[in-house]
Amino acid sequence: MLFAAGSGVIGGAAAVAATATALAADRERSTIARVERDALLARSTFVGTGMEPAAGKHQSGVVTAPQAHSVFAAFDLREGVDAAAVGRLMRLLTDDITRVTSGRAALADTAAELAATPARLTVTVGFGPGLFARTGLTEQQPAGLVELPAFPKIDQLQDRWSGGDLLLHICADDAMVVAHTQRMLLKDTRAFAVPRWFQRGFRRAVGSGIPGSGDRNLMGQIDGTVNPATDTEFDAVVWDTGPGWFAGGTTMVLRRIRMDLDRWDELDRSAMEQVMGRHLDTGAPLSGSAEHEEPDLAALDFTGLKAIPDFAHLRLARGDGPARQILRRPYNYDDSPDADGASDVGQLFCSYQADIGRQFVPMQQRLAESDLLNKWTTPVGSAVFAILPGFEAGQWLGQGLLG
Amino acid sequence: MACAGLLIVGGCSSAQEPVPANGSVTPAAGPPAAAEADGAVTIADSWVKSTLGAEDTTMTAAFGVLTNHTDKDLTVVSATNSASGRTELHEMAMADGAMVMRPVAGGITVPAGGSTTLEPGGLHVMIMDVQTPLPPGEQVTVSLTFDNGSTMSFQTLTKEFAGANENYQGGETGGMSMGTDAATAGTEHSAGVSTPGTATSHG
Ligand code: HEM
Ligand SMILES: [Cu+2]
Repeated sequence: MLFAAGSGVIGGAAAVAATATALAADRERSTIARVERDALLARSTFVGTGMEPAAGKHQSGVVTAPQAHSVFAAFDLREGVDAAAVGRLMRLLTDDITRVTSGRAALADTAAELAATPARLTVTVGFGPGLFARTGLTEQQPAGLVELPAFPKIDQLQDRWSGGDLLLHICADDAMVVAHTQRMLLKDTRAFAVPRWFQRGFRRAVGSGIPGSGDRNLMGQIDGTVNPATDTEFDAVVWDTGPGWFAGGTTMVLRRIRMDLDRWDELDRSAMEQVMGRHLDTGAPLSGSAEHEEPDLAALDFTGLKAIPDFAHLRLARGDGPARQILRRPYNYDDSPDADGASDVGQLFCSYQADIGRQFVPMQQRLAESDLLNKWTTPVGSAVFAILPGFEAGQWLGQGLLG
Repeated sequence: MACAGLLIVGGCSSAQEPVPANGSVTPAAGPPAAAEADGAVTIADSWVKSTLGAEDTTMTAAFGVLTNHTDKDLTVVSATNSASGRTELHEMAMADGAMVMRPVAGGITVPAGGSTTLEPGGLHVMIMDVQTPLPPGEQVTVSLTFDNGSTMSFQTLTKEFAGANENYQGGETGGMSMGTDAATAGTEHSAGVSTPGTATSHG
């Protein structure tokens, strides 16, 4: 040590004494730090070990309480990849998914430690219409999976956020887990399919939201209030009930919807509330005062006008009975601002329904026609997928179609 | 027989990360991995490297964690596989300053009540003379015969694996690829373990 070499015996002893004092102080500090850390841990909710089931009648990641982080990864099949090859990919993915969702590394994972805390990881697999066409399985394409019609009044769709033959939807309460899982699945997928687009989204961190309430979106609105929530409702709205190979599956509509927050800022608060038909603070319908109360669409305000206006998102989005409702499970996105400093933010609008044509399309048509919210929101991407039925232990995803 | 000499292995450098032993896992894809009648030895986390992208698509290897549930050591003395007509039991060793793989003298022992890991860069079941390349996701059945005459077989999946190529200076591809001379020289070999004493030669 330099100080000992230059300072002689006395200096050296003093240095040793000083070092001892410093060490004692260090030890005390680290003890305090440890006590504080233990106290913090005792109060915190450790989310790393949370797990969602991989096997079952339905895939996880659909009616699963939304995790904080997500990537929607779309691929196009490579030239020459036929139904048998897709089957091989599904066997690989099924094995991967079974492992990673239970905190075990995928086979041949060189960073296995990253798999130890799954943080409620789910991986949900879907087939786009293109996959059925390119593998000669058009006959077996679920009736509920249809391409969306154009919505010329609102759509400004870009190819780079649209379409896709294959979807891997990865969600977890830890962004590290999402990233590592994405890397492992990419390795098993790339021999069969090329990446088309990857869209990353997030919601409130675990513990940041209000329990029992919808999450706030980037417009600050409470979003997710009216949504199917029980198994009976999921059966009525979400799942294909068969007969056929698709029983237990569902369909996903993913719309990348940009929010023009800078122009939204120009509205005053009451105008913002009128657009939605709900209060910003409580999320209550403008006809009432509590988030979960039934909106009174006929209620008038003190001026004698409808409390929830005709153009309000709430009024127009209302599904007409379970057969016309959807399950919404959106994520927020936040990309780099443009050169003028305008934010590139929005919603990865994600909905599940047994039948896109029956449930989603009429709703989107009503909204495209007269939802005032369209002034501040623009769909820039659009894709539809058949979310495969679940698998039981020993089976693989899509076996009913490809096996 | 003229020996091809030591087999130089492209990717199997010592920098290879071990494949994690994830506990006793039955692969979700396919029937239970352990097919031994009395379950004396089971295998977990089994997989076969796909030949996709390999320089030499005629050979690859099977990996996994063998566990011996009996109180006697058991030694794998030979193997067969459904993807090719020739299977050997290999080890990696340092010879003349290079990592090489070669038939393991005396077979692969799974200690009583213990486990033996077959992994890239270590012991493995070598699958040779592959006629039809193995794309990822293909099912392969591997059968092992032990020194006490018992057998087990397991069905497993091929996976694309880069092996240690990322770290390898020599620019060869395929974690398990061997020189072509070795592949052709091997025609004189029958399936199974080479007799001790020929451990440094492959064919
Ligand atoms: C960026 C775009 C969008 C935003 C910011 C947004 C926001 C909201 C908010 C704040 C609510 C009220 C709270 C709730 O019940 O969750 C709501 C309700 C709803 N939205 Fe959207 N939404 C968007 C796009 C869409 C689209 C594209 C659809 C369907 C085509 C849709 C369908 C619905 C439905 C069905 C409801 C529930 C209506 C009810 O029954 O009360 N939304 N949305
Ligand atoms: Cu070998």
